[in-house]
Amino acid sequence: MSLRLDTGGRFIDRATPVRFTFNGQPHEGFAGDTLASALMGAGRLMVGRSFKYHRPRGVVASGVEEPNALFALGAGGRHEPNQRATTTDLAAGMQIRSQNHWPGLGFDIGALNARLARFLPAGFYYKTFLSPPAFWKHVYEPLIRQSAGLGRAPQAADPDGYEHFHIHVDVLIAGGGVAGIQAALLAGEAGARVLMMEQTAHWGGRAPVDSVTVAGQPAQDWLRAALARLDAMKNVTLRTRCGVVGVYDHGYVLADEQPPPPGPRHRLWKIRARQVIAATGALERPLAFPGNDVPGVLLASAVRDYVVNWAVAPGRRTVIVTNNDDAYRTAIALVEAGLEVPAILDARGQANGPLPERARALGLRVETGKGIGKVRGKTRVTGAGLCNQRGSGLVTEVIPCDAVAMSGGWSPVVHLWSHCGGKLIWDETQAHFRPDPALGPVSHDGVAFVHCAGAAAGALQAGPCQTTAGQAAGAVLKLLGCKAGAPDHATAEAEAPLAPVWVMPQRAGPALRAKMWLDFQNDVKVSDVQLAAREGYESVEHTKRYTTLGMATDQGKLSNINGLAVLAESLGAGIPQVGTTTFRPPYTPVPLGAIAGQARGKTFQPLRRTPMQDWHEAEGARFEPVGQWRRPYAYPKGESLAQAVRREVRNTRENVGLLDASTLGKLLVKGPDAGRFLDLLYTNMMSSLKVGRCRYGLMCNENGFLMEDGVVARLGEDSFLCHTTSGGAEHIHQHMEEWLQTEWWDMRVYVANLTEQYAQIAVVGPKARQLLERLGGMDVSPERVPFMGWAEGVLATIPARVFRISFSGELSFEVAVPAKRGMAFWQACLEAGADLGIAPYGTEALHVMRAEKGFIMIGDETDGTVTPQDLGLDWAVSKKKDDFIGKRGQARLHLSGPDRWRLVGLETTDGSVLPEGAYALAPGRNANGQRNVQGRVTSTYHSPTLGRGIAMGLVRRGPERMGEVLEFSSLDGPPVPARIVSPVFYDPDGEKQNV
Amino acid sequence: MSEPGFVSVSELGAGMIALRGDLRSKVFRKAAEAGTGLKLPAPCTIVWDGARALGWMAPDELLLVVPEGEGAVTVAALEHALAGQHALVADVSDARAMFHISGPGAREALAKLTPADLSPAAFPVGTLRRTRLGQVAGALWAEERGLTVLCFRSVAVYMRDLLADASHPDAALRVF
Repeated sequence: MSLRLDTGGRFIDRATPVRFTFNGQPHEGFAGDTLASALMGAGRLMVGRSFKYHRPRGVVASGVEEPNALFALGAGGRHEPNQRATTTDLAAGMQIRSQNHWPGLGFDIGALNARLARFLPAGFYYKTFLSPPAFWKHVYEPLIRQSAGLGRAPQAADPDGYEHFHIHVDVLIAGGGVAGIQAALLAGEAGARVLMMEQTAHWGGRAPVDSVTVAGQPAQDWLRAALARLDAMKNVTLRTRCGVVGVYDHGYVLADEQPPPPGPRHRLWKIRARQVIAATGALERPLAFPGNDVPGVLLASAVRDYVVNWAVAPGRRTVIVTNNDDAYRTAIALVEAGLEVPAILDARGQANGPLPERARALGLRVETGKGIGKVRGKTRVTGAGLCNQRGSGLVTEVIPCDAVAMSGGWSPVVHLWSHCGGKLIWDETQAHFRPDPALGPVSHDGVAFVHCAGAAAGALQAGPCQTTAGQAAGAVLKLLGCKAGAPDHATAEAEAPLAPVWVMPQRAGPALRAKMWLDFQNDVKVSDVQLAAREGYESVEHTKRYTTLGMATDQGKLSNINGLAVLAESLGAGIPQVGTTTFRPPYTPVPLGAIAGQARGKTFQPLRRTPMQDWHEAEGARFEPVGQWRRPYAYPKGESLAQAVRREVRNTRENVGLLDASTLGKLLVKGPDAGRFLDLLYTNMMSSLKVGRCRYGLMCNENGFLMEDGVVARLGEDSFLCHTTSGGAEHIHQHMEEWLQTEWWDMRVYVANLTEQYAQIAVVGPKARQLLERLGGMDVSPERVPFMGWAEGVLATIPARVFRISFSGELSFEVAVPAKRGMAFWQACLEAGADLGIAPYGTEALHVMRAEKGFIMIGDETDGTVTPQDLGLDWAVSKKKDDFIGKRGQARLHLSGPDRWRLVGLETTDGSVLPEGAYALAPGRNANGQRNVQGRVTSTYHSPTLGRGIAMGLVRRGPERMGEVLEFSSLDGPPVPARIVSPVFYDPDGEKQNV
Repeated sequence: MSEPGFVSVSELGAGMIALRGDLRSKVFRKAAEAGTGLKLPAPCTIVWDGARALGWMAPDELLLVVPEGEGAVTVAALEHALAGQHALVADVSDARAMFHISGPGAREALAKLTPADLSPAAFPVGTLRRTRLGQVAGALWAEERGLTVLCFRSVAVYMRDLLADASHPDAALRVF
């Protein structure tokens, strides 16, 4: 039975009890508890079930490496699966739910899998779900999906706040143990801009628990003084609850902070560090003995952490099993806390260092050359069976106990070193991979930008730990051109070398090896890795994927080294030859909310607003996205959307309509070479345009495909205003700048994007001129403002530029006024035109009217594979000009061949509306068995003006086939016959716009 | 407009002129300086007096900030002064929105939105940068009384919401 001790606990505040529930049962912990320590204190050691076999699982670690104690926290939008109990603070009223069991944690149907373990070997999925192929989609995949995943994803939107924070520093120190703090002191005192981050809520790391002495003082006292010194330094920033999760090229580093409530749920730090010191410590490795997964078997260091930091223990009688001296510290800590340690089983032949001697002096039974051959108990430990480490597992004695503390040695946390390519070397003495100082991750200048300090550098003992901190700080400061001081001296009880133990006992047979867990969450055992080796998996990366070793939420923090050592042994290869799997960021999971940051709710993405947007919203317009704009699609007035569009079209054709065209791009191109520049950008001639006149122009890309269209107005001898499509302003601006800056840098041209300076309002319809005349202020007669002309003046007391251009076929003026006066102008039009039947119209009416006129729309008639010639726009492609962008491309045979699909109008024989995107069918089938096609519909609408369906499409040799009837595919019925006609359905002579 | 955040955010009105030309040309410099009464700023900086400011936006671009309503007059004066020169003068008063962020933590609030280094050492008073703020382009500069942010007018609402979120009192932090 796990328990809370009556005294002690560095982190807990016994004066503040905290109530919570676990699977509905009420419990109590203390402020400062983690969920793991609170549950342990409440006597709850079994907290979950494993993924594959649904085996009972207890807390095994005390930090981020925890693979077992994963909970679902929060409800509704705040529900979070797979939260580690060891790193989550207890909060009042918390409702904790265990995962991966049904119907309950105690009785779980899925545990039947364990009985079938023999039939669920490594690579089970690959072997079983192979055939028949048809079963994959309908049987296997749904089945696997049902059983996949530990937690459940939340179903509601997350109501909490998330944000990013950007910072640039000279030195980022990841990890606030004594090594990190020592490095921070040295770097801070040298004057560098330092940011130090600690993933837990506490500074100091393991040193206070492990009785380390620094500068002659207990670690805790040294820490307090060191932190006070750091706090006083203006160039040093300290953050706890902030885990450095990834190191990327050029010193870009990500860290995930969990500020205490009521702050943002997470804050993602985006750090630019000139140098990084990884003082990330080391992780203790489990030992692979039979039954090492039973709740109550913990890492020795974790047991010590729980006792010293939170005054809880996994049991009253704890057997220690180890291959090193460090675990004796756990025995000593337990005894000092008044708990029993019936035996220390040391796999080494002898143990005579100061720590074992101290244990013996405390009267503890130390058995060398021994290990555990069996663990008694199912949902918690009841006894440990002692055996010879060199034997095959014969249990000579069962020691009654309720907990086992295991230690298989320590592995440096090399993740941050490795993310950008830092290399590792195998340290035979300490049996671990540690950073190879000669092969660090290098930046653009070929100089290493990550340095490891302390245990992360492989310096597990207190003395060398501080020395490496001094070395890392020294190396970093030298690169920054600063001088480093010397680190404080640290000491702790000396430790004798460990003996590598990868399987316990050494000669265990198949039955025992199938009970030695490597990956506790994914249920990967020694036998699975050995099976993979036998089946030919030599690469550690392949073995990982085949067995799922290290693929659980903890990403193999406890299992990887043990697993690859077992693999190496099975292959008869050396561990360094087998190597590690790749260390990829993030080191610990980062929630999607943190990555999204402020991109949520109102600020999910910028929505661009025109000066009349408020009015459109108040009028109940239906919007459609156009780039990041939201343009009114139509303004329904107690009618269907389709009815609104028809009304708007008719009203514009009969009376006068208003369109918010502010979204159109407006690029000012100015300079002595502006005309020459535009002649190269547009397919047609722009330099010949007269001041005061407008010309429709086309832009192609270098391949010759149509990219953009719009009206160009010549404002003066050396200045042009180029209108672009709504979505195209930024792109075309960038296109112009790119050509000016990289190719035609000798041209004297400046470009300015003035899109947002103006509100642009299209006044369209037979009564448009009448309306403008009523507004007063300038002459808008055909003489003053002829078709395709423009004039500047004042309308309704507002400075205005009036362009006489038409995209509807009607008499049409586009009026540009300063954006801040746009709404006033719009309002003035509505008032002045009330008795003329004025009404706004949206983008759909605009589309219908342009289609009635056979005007193309970029994005409808074009898709990046269509040339101006395909669209019958040859008249807008100059044959006189020496060059323009796209000219060369258009000369290619395939683009100029007669068989291209070209623009035509299409009329169904029954007047119906053709389906969007429908294909014109051709006889026969192609090599893939698909129906042959000879064209497709690019735009299709119901024309209220003509009272029938109209469409445009691209058809092979289309213009040569006028009158021909083609069949068009339909998704939900027989093919639809339609006749090839001219694409200009309305006013083909252009009489209406030219009045 | 003011938000109840850990820093104060207000939206300002101003006349703004984009001026492109050869910054080495005497005529150009004289015109820019005459338009504001200010000396041409060094690269990546801005200079100001009470009512006017002159900012360096690019190797061939300046920003003139004048009192609201004076945009058109200033444009006319500049065009006159630059007649015959290869230069571009554009009134962008209506194309941009301007925000002022002040109070302790103003730099931190903006560091949530821009990848630029806003520490006082790297971004001293007088610095002007064109950068990214959230998901939109913007410019910002530092004055003694706080920071000024410039963005396009169409995304002013987005910027207002973003700044309100970044300056939420629960999300306060001090780093610089």
